[in-house]
Amino acid sequence: MIDPGTVELSRLQFGLTAMYHFLFVPLTLGLSVLLAIMESVYVMTGRAIWREMTRFWGVLFGINFAMGVATGITMEFQFGTNWAYYSQYVGDIFGAPLAIEGLMAFFLEATFVGLFFFGWDKLSRVGHLVCTCLLALGTNLSALWILIANGWMQHPVGAAFNFRTMRMEVTSFYDVLFNPVAQAKFVHTVSAGYVTGAIFVLAISAWFLLRGRYPEFAKRSMTVAASFGLASALSVVVLGDESGYTASQNQKMKIAAIEADWQTEAPPASFTVFGFPDVAGRTTHFGIRVPWALGLIATRSTDEEVPGIVNLVADNAERIKHGIAAYGALETLRVHPGDSAAIAAFTTNEHDLGYALLLKRYTPKVVDATPAEIEKAAWDTVPGVAPLFWSFRFMVAIGFYFVALFAFAFYLSARRRLDRHRWFLTAALWSLPLPWISSELGWFVAEYGRQPWTIDGVLPTFLSASSVSAGTVWTSLLGFVVFYSALAVVELYLMMKYVRIGPAAFGSSAAPDRAAQPAE
Amino acid sequence: MAHLLDYATLRVLWWLLLGVLLAGFAVMDGFDLGAAIWLPFLGRNDAERRIVINSFGPVWEGNQVWLILGGGAIFAAWPMVYAVAFSGFYLAMFLVLCTLILRPVAIKYRSKHAAPRWRTLWDWALFVAGLVPALVFGVAVGNALLGVPFRFDGDLRMIYDGGLLGLFRPFAVLAGLVSVAMLAMHGGAFLASKAASPVTERARLAAALSALVVIVLFALAGWWATRLDGYRIVGVLAHDGPSNPVGKQAVQAAGAWLDNYRALPWLRVVPGLGFAGAALAALALALKWDKLAVFCSGLSVAGIVATAGVSMFPFILPSSLDPSMSLTVWDASSSRTTLVIMLVATLIFMPIILLYTAFVYRVLRGRVSAGQIEGETNSY
Ligand code: HDD
Ligand code: HEM
Ligand code: HEM
Repeated sequence: MIDPGTVELSRLQFGLTAMYHFLFVPLTLGLSVLLAIMESVYVMTGRAIWREMTRFWGVLFGINFAMGVATGITMEFQFGTNWAYYSQYVGDIFGAPLAIEGLMAFFLEATFVGLFFFGWDKLSRVGHLVCTCLLALGTNLSALWILIANGWMQHPVGAAFNFRTMRMEVTSFYDVLFNPVAQAKFVHTVSAGYVTGAIFVLAISAWFLLRGRYPEFAKRSMTVAASFGLASALSVVVLGDESGYTASQNQKMKIAAIEADWQTEAPPASFTVFGFPDVAGRTTHFGIRVPWALGLIATRSTDEEVPGIVNLVADNAERIKHGIAAYGALETLRVHPGDSAAIAAFTTNEHDLGYALLLKRYTPKVVDATPAEIEKAAWDTVPGVAPLFWSFRFMVAIGFYFVALFAFAFYLSARRRLDRHRWFLTAALWSLPLPWISSELGWFVAEYGRQPWTIDGVLPTFLSASSVSAGTVWTSLLGFVVFYSALAVVELYLMMKYVRIGPAAFGSSAAPDRAAQPAE
Repeated sequence: MAHLLDYATLRVLWWLLLGVLLAGFAVMDGFDLGAAIWLPFLGRNDAERRIVINSFGPVWEGNQVWLILGGGAIFAAWPMVYAVAFSGFYLAMFLVLCTLILRPVAIKYRSKHAAPRWRTLWDWALFVAGLVPALVFGVAVGNALLGVPFRFDGDLRMIYDGGLLGLFRPFAVLAGLVSVAMLAMHGGAFLASKAASPVTERARLAAALSALVVIVLFALAGWWATRLDGYRIVGVLAHDGPSNPVGKQAVQAAGAWLDNYRALPWLRVVPGLGFAGAALAALALALKWDKLAVFCSGLSVAGIVATAGVSMFPFILPSSLDPSMSLTVWDASSSRTTLVIMLVATLIFMPIILLYTAFVYRVLRGRVSAGQIEGETNSY
């Protein structure tokens, strides 16, 4: 049996390093596209200020990109180091998108990022623009493939258990690629990245304007950020709804937990805007409920039920019983691989095999589990309700705020009044941390809401870990915390240094004195 | 095409591809790891050190993807190898990871601030980030040749019986030194071909000397490996059976790592390439044919990596606790479907990658000089 400490520490380490990686990822996604837009304008109009914009935002992009690459490697290694049983159990399916990500995306972005910085004098204008576009394409493709991998963990389609190899194997790669969960995740996450890039440009430009520095440069940057940001913020909200819809179709327990929805209501279900979920009492106190809303959002109909937690737990107890039958058949097959009765018993119940594995926490002999153990295991399928409830609501609130902020910025830029309202510039500046907060909350909802599974319904988290000692994981965890904190300080220091220097360093026409006057 | 390939052939193809990817990593990323090892010694002042860093600065990022792809390909095609190797070598992997994290940051951040102490600090960070991966990857290969202490329980969960220090057995340390010397040779040759004077001349000498060390150490390791207890499969093992490493028979036997060379004598070309490449690289450096030297040292690096693989075939990761549970080409792969999908993806994308990589190297051709670095705001 694996040490529970190893499991908890590995979860903590993976969660922390993933959250850390995702501090850099959304900015890379958003800024790379913004750079491609700015440079396209430069190539089309030939005005030097657009080239300076590309180069200035490009340097900040570079500082961020280095950390994105560095922390991404950690993620790739950790599946093997910390989740060895997971890797072996699902590597046949999960490994493929990861490897294709390397072939299709990482090579592209990593090769062209060099030319982006070093190719300005060596390539024609169009040639350089093509490099920038390929860089942006690479980062977005990388998001696509990693989210196909992650989407499969949330909704494992196109795969079946093979008892000869004791692992999941691919049955339809097409289903893995066109997994609806993966598609919803991809568009929502990539839009979140674009929003991050847009807020970054908006906030720093607002800071320049507040200080009266580089107004032409800052206003142009803000105009790009406002229109791109408005489109992205709308798509985050619309596609966030899509994520919720796919989750409600495929991960009913996650939705029930997010909504703190304990009992199945008669359709259409009401939506709890606010309240205090009480896990022990299995109820939500002081709930402010909007009739019909949840039913409409989650099922897009008025007559489908949104099942509550208590009801889902009862269903899962049944699935555990089927799973026990599958597990028993598997034990026979291990000794007599040809036993046709066992094969039949296994095939009827194989979809619930994962549920039987939940019992391994309580008894080594799964087939003899008592009703009390089954009950406990069924309740294990409920993720932590309160953290999910709150994280989700904060993310959504921030999402609506972004729509309002960008809509106003867009209005101001259309009327050429971006520098008129100091309160707006201050609000834009103070919005800088929000996209990171909402992205981290989003991942928390997606990943913590998947517990107790690493692969939904297939492999429980506590079985996925490696057979390493808790002490070993402590060593790496502490190492990461110390090392990553030091790097964060260095990165922030350099970011601020280059923001302070401003675009002056990049070419003659943006020299502070010239750019400070209304150019053109 | 998919129908022509049976499971056994696919497994051999994926074994070869794994070799190509690992050799690709050693050749491509090897030169910038090697150049980083030389950084504090070949660059005597800030301007010279910037020449060294900017020689590989624009391209190292793409090179490193060979490692990421190597990892991804092991995960996808040899999931058991990925699980056993990465969790078994946990702390060693953590060590490598730290240095791999340090490297991008050091390259990108070093010259963004002018204080001499800041720059010296990052220079030594880069040195460590070149040396440690070179050493640890070599030690890991040495351990694979010796056998790794793991076995499986009834659920095929791996049980590992060893720690970080246990990896540093004498033969494994020798393998680590071979690896450091070969990357030092390769990195030196690269700098000789890419950096402007005075780094060029120093790099030539450094690379030529490393080439001689490579020849001596590789010969020593080869002699030692012939006396080592290798591994051998006894009885029959179906080449197209299910991927389950439990159930075959294998034993440890002195000299077993020579079996393949006895069966197919022409395979001696592979270690031969390791020696000949290094010798020719030294010669080319003496004649100042720097580009040829990089090519020859690359051949030597590929030959040395391939020697380890060829000697062990069909073993990928032998188990010293229970040789019968070793991971081999015939029982540790992914399913046939996954191998086909991955093969198709590789055949489509590898040529494209090679094309645009070649394009980028062409755009960036020419020696890197101090004047050029000063004139470019984006220089490292
Ligand atoms: C939605 C996007 C997204 C998500 C969820 C992840 N990543 Fe990531 N990753 C990227 C988007 C990205 C990127 C935008 O492509 C990065 C970030 C910054 C960068 O430099 O490239 C990157 C870099 C990056 C690198 C370095 C690539 C290079 O050298 O260019 C690796 C190896 C990984 N990631 C691996 C992972 C793994 C194993 C993840 C899962 C736990 C993961 N990433 C989550
Ligand atoms: C970069 C964005 C991501 C963030 C911020 C993130 C966050 C987290 C968090 C917080 C946990 C811990 C959950 C818990 O144990 O309570 C976790 C676990 C995990 N995540 Fe993610 N995740 C991200 C992306 C991914 C992706 C793309 C994958 C797979 C391709 C993935 C695979 C896993 C695995 C294997 C675990 C460990 C097992 C588990 O606890 O479920 N994560 N992640
Ligand atoms: C009205 C606004 C929003 C709604 C309705 C919404 C909805 C959702 C839902 C339902 C999930 C969970 C998906 C799952 O569990 O698989 C999610 C995840 C996530 N959200 Fe949001 N969200 C909104 C706003 C935002 C904003 C503003 C950001 C960041 C800028 C953001 C970033 C994320 C991220 C990064 C994830 C994790 C990846 C994923 O599962 O797609 N969201 N969101």
